[in-house]
Amino acid sequence: MSAAAPLEREHDMHLLAQMLRVRRFEEKCVELYSAAKIRGFMHLYIGEEAVAVGAMEALEPQDAVVATYREHGHALVRGVSAGAIMAEMFGKLEGCSRGRGGSMHLFDAATRFYGGNAIVGGGLPLAAGLALADKLQGRARVTACFFGDGAVAEGEFHESMNLSALWQLPVLFLCENNMYAMGTALEREESETDLALKASSYEMSAWSVDGMDVRAVEEAARRAAAEVRDGSRPCFLELRTYRFRAHSMYDPDVYRSKEEIERWRAHDPIPALTAELRDAGLLGDADLQELERAAAEEIEAAIAFAEAGTLEPVEDLERFVYAEEPLA
Amino acid sequence: MPSLGADMEFGTLLEWRVEPGDVVKRGDIVAVVDTSKAEIEVEVFEDGVIEELLVPAGTARVPVGTVLATLRGAATAAGAPAAAPPVPPSPAVQPTPVVSPPAVAAGVPSSPAAQPTPVVSPPAAPSEHRLHVSPVARRVAEQLGVDLATVAGSGPDGAITKADVERAAAAGGPPAPVPETASGQPTAAEPTMAPPPPTGHAAPGTPPAPAPPAPTAEAAERQAAMRQAIGALMARSKREIPHYYLQTQIDMSRAMAWLAEANVKRSVSERLLSSALLLRAVARAVAQTPAMNGFWVDGAFRAGDGVHLGVAVSLRGGGLIAPAIHDADGKSVDELMAALRDLVARARSGRLRGSEMSDPTITVTNLGEQGVDLVHGVIYAPQVALVGFGGIRERPWAADGMVGSRPSVYATLAADHRASDGHAGSRFLALIERQLQRPEEL
Amino acid sequence: MSAQAVKLTYREAMRQAIREALLADARVFLMGEDVGAYGGCFGVSKGLLEEFGPQRIRDTPLSESAFVGAGIGAAMGGMRPIVEVMTVNFCLLALDQIMNNAATISHMSGGQFQIPLVIRMTTGAGRQVAAQHSHSLEGWLAHIPGLKLLAPATLEDARGMLAPALADPSPVLIFEHGSLYNAEGELPDGAGAVDIERAAIRRAGGDVSLIAYGGTLPTALKAADELASAGVQAEVLDLRVLRPLDERAIVESVSRTRRAVIVDEGWRSGSLAAEVSARIMEQAFYELDAPVERVCSAEVPMPYAQHLEQAALPQAQTIVTAVQRMQGAGG
Repeated sequence: MSAAAPLEREHDMHLLAQMLRVRRFEEKCVELYSAAKIRGFMHLYIGEEAVAVGAMEALEPQDAVVATYREHGHALVRGVSAGAIMAEMFGKLEGCSRGRGGSMHLFDAATRFYGGNAIVGGGLPLAAGLALADKLQGRARVTACFFGDGAVAEGEFHESMNLSALWQLPVLFLCENNMYAMGTALEREESETDLALKASSYEMSAWSVDGMDVRAVEEAARRAAAEVRDGSRPCFLELRTYRFRAHSMYDPDVYRSKEEIERWRAHDPIPALTAELRDAGLLGDADLQELERAAAEEIEAAIAFAEAGTLEPVEDLERFVYAEEPLA
Repeated sequence: MPSLGADMEFGTLLEWRVEPGDVVKRGDIVAVVDTSKAEIEVEVFEDGVIEELLVPAGTARVPVGTVLATLRGAATAAGAPAAAPPVPPSPAVQPTPVVSPPAVAAGVPSSPAAQPTPVVSPPAAPSEHRLHVSPVARRVAEQLGVDLATVAGSGPDGAITKADVERAAAAGGPPAPVPETASGQPTAAEPTMAPPPPTGHAAPGTPPAPAPPAPTAEAAERQAAMRQAIGALMARSKREIPHYYLQTQIDMSRAMAWLAEANVKRSVSERLLSSALLLRAVARAVAQTPAMNGFWVDGAFRAGDGVHLGVAVSLRGGGLIAPAIHDADGKSVDELMAALRDLVARARSGRLRGSEMSDPTITVTNLGEQGVDLVHGVIYAPQVALVGFGGIRERPWAADGMVGSRPSVYATLAADHRASDGHAGSRFLALIERQLQRPEEL
Repeated sequence: MSAQAVKLTYREAMRQAIREALLADARVFLMGEDVGAYGGCFGVSKGLLEEFGPQRIRDTPLSESAFVGAGIGAAMGGMRPIVEVMTVNFCLLALDQIMNNAATISHMSGGQFQIPLVIRMTTGAGRQVAAQHSHSLEGWLAHIPGLKLLAPATLEDARGMLAPALADPSPVLIFEHGSLYNAEGELPDGAGAVDIERAAIRRAGGDVSLIAYGGTLPTALKAADELASAGVQAEVLDLRVLRPLDERAIVESVSRTRRAVIVDEGWRSGSLAAEVSARIMEQAFYELDAPVERVCSAEVPMPYAQHLEQAALPQAQTIVTAVQRMQGAGG
């Protein structure tokens, strides 16, 4: 880190703040899940925050995001309000999917956030289609498609990579390689574990990035997004990262060693960036306290909003099975 | 829901007499049903253990054929002791089901402890042959007041179709009102063939007659429903059955003398009534005249399975029922008297059995107590004959060239001309008369 | 009206509908396997590539899941895609997209997204193409809330169902029975959109309702002819819309005729015929004079040999026999 200009410092503080609010939000979710305020499946992103935070920096408001079921962080960083996300997990009408989606299915039309897709690999064809629409209508937009290393084994991954490259669709493929497809280690599910190499066989730009370094992710994402947007063609990033907690809320975690988890915790992106900024004299205790206070305030407000939320009337159960508004 | 009469389509389940786990024997009373004509005790046709009551007490308009409860066969219960002990445990000693503590972390509902699955024997099949009637035919028949038992079916396997019902209705004239099931207090019975109301001291063994029901709106509604049901049935009978009528005057002097002598030796509660004697005479005559004993179904006569005398009992609140004395031809006068007392007592308390309501093979009505001389009755379809008696009175009687006075009774026969003709009817009345001239043989 | 009648085939009617849609709205495009250079596996899109170019008539790789999913994404992105899946058997490769996305996203997102997508697919047997190209899986797909299913069985519907399907904000699946493509008839010149909500009575009659759709409609009409010569007047109800079912039309017809035979090329177990039968039981039980009968395909994978294939399929004679059985002795 060279001596940072004031603008750079502000940006780093922003990245740290984003990662911190995602981390604190999810830590609160654990509590609320244990208190049975949140139910169903809930997958935490803790440890992987640098990926979503860094990648979103490359996107414009008109771009689209297709995410997975581990998407609280993506939704928060993309701009879906913490209250709407929390209310969704509380099953409330005020939730971003009216309480019909829950943790795995956050949707938000205003920020072009297309879920919340809980079939591994199922979001990739959607992303290709969104990009196709942009291409056919001559719009210079990016569709950012997040998926995990597990999806790489799915047919839909290969079909979508092929189709996107073949038709030169503006999709930014963001593979969050946390090294486990649920409990199956990468080397136990992939014949070729270099995922960027695999993607490059589809004739698109593809490279690997340290997913625990938020600035490295941002830099790579900006470069890739520009290629997608300006070149109107797909690009693939493999973001090497790690989740510190279980696949879902609770799992036996017997498929990996404690030592491995501790080794990765040493690369936790939040302490890493904090320490770096402190060392450079850019972050004081007061600054850190302010970031924590802001995150806590936002989360408390989100919980209050969710608690105060209402339940959708059961009479409306069957609404939206078929679209209610006529087509424009 | 058993069919408790040819015209019954629904019943109200008034009460359960058993609970799950109760051991029952064939013939036990398990429930009480209101058919809108009477409250009837439902008996069980198999030994076993009551497994589950499927229809709650108080349920109205339960269609005939509905499974009311399931019964586990006795043999099965013995073979599966874990499922049901042969003696029902008292509620106090029933084991508390073991419940596993709820899973906290995952919030997964705990699975109930595995329970042995009892082997269930199917409920007893309805004893009556079930007519094949299409759903729309059943509905239209109800609307038009057509008795399905009198309709010939043209559908698959002889099933009755809508067109069949409409044809039958067109042939039969205007529709009769539809009986509605009503619930309410048991209606007191005033049987015309019953012993006279106890005077002074109540006869032991005879339940005292209940006070007449309060004229509540419910009772009035119930009576109206019964009136409609009777009306529908009688209208059908008059419309569809070509009645012919015969009558004869019977000298009752020997019979009455025999009766007086027989009663000398008896206590009040054992005394015979002339009604029993008349029933005995009819039962024996019926046994010798199969053409009067049975049903007109699907365009043909079907002989009754035994002589089951339907005894018309008028109800105090209005209305009429005709429960059966089963196998009356095999019963002595004393047995018939006992059966009559029992039947009347239960009719009074509204506790008749299903089979008593559903299967009389011929009906006897006696309006003598009311002071009439002659009864020209309406046949209770699908039966083919009805015997009526007026009062036994001293009347002028010519015999041996002398006009004197003797106790006599007018016996009448209303019979279905499709099943018999006047010759058979005359012979039948003559047989009754002959029985009454030899009371000592009765 | 003095509309000139035009003679054409079902295939041509369908092509006219697609062409009209492409002309009417620049957001409409067609994609699928061999829809372009080849002209469509069944020739429906022949000539369209030349007229509209490769951007709007898009040949896809053999990637059913990707191109059906891309259709969903494109629809959410503002386009009006017509996706052709070569046969209903192949749509199984895209079932994840059809079920988990197309049918689900509107509800799961609380109504935030519309998916104005049309998926056309060929269905049915009768052409000796054996057990992986012949099945009728409409019943499976009709199980899924969120989808609308259409089965054009007439030239008029082949010509007129596409436009309203594209105008619908929900995903619509159109099933084209392979045996119908060569069906010939006349349509008024300028025939256009038809409703996509109601079943249609194709022949009136008072004695029995023959309820059919798609490829079984001609079979049912043939059976009705045979029955008429025996004095039985069969009403033939074309379901047209397989989801949501036009329950009212079914109930009304059965209430008139008091008997129903459902003719369905799907397998009997768990079939669309089973659903229609259950609706009749629920809604019209007290109108029936006989148990509902079903004439379905034999429960075998469709065999190749012609005599076996024909034996497996609903036939007019089977329908006639079923009707005679339910008429009973008296009719």
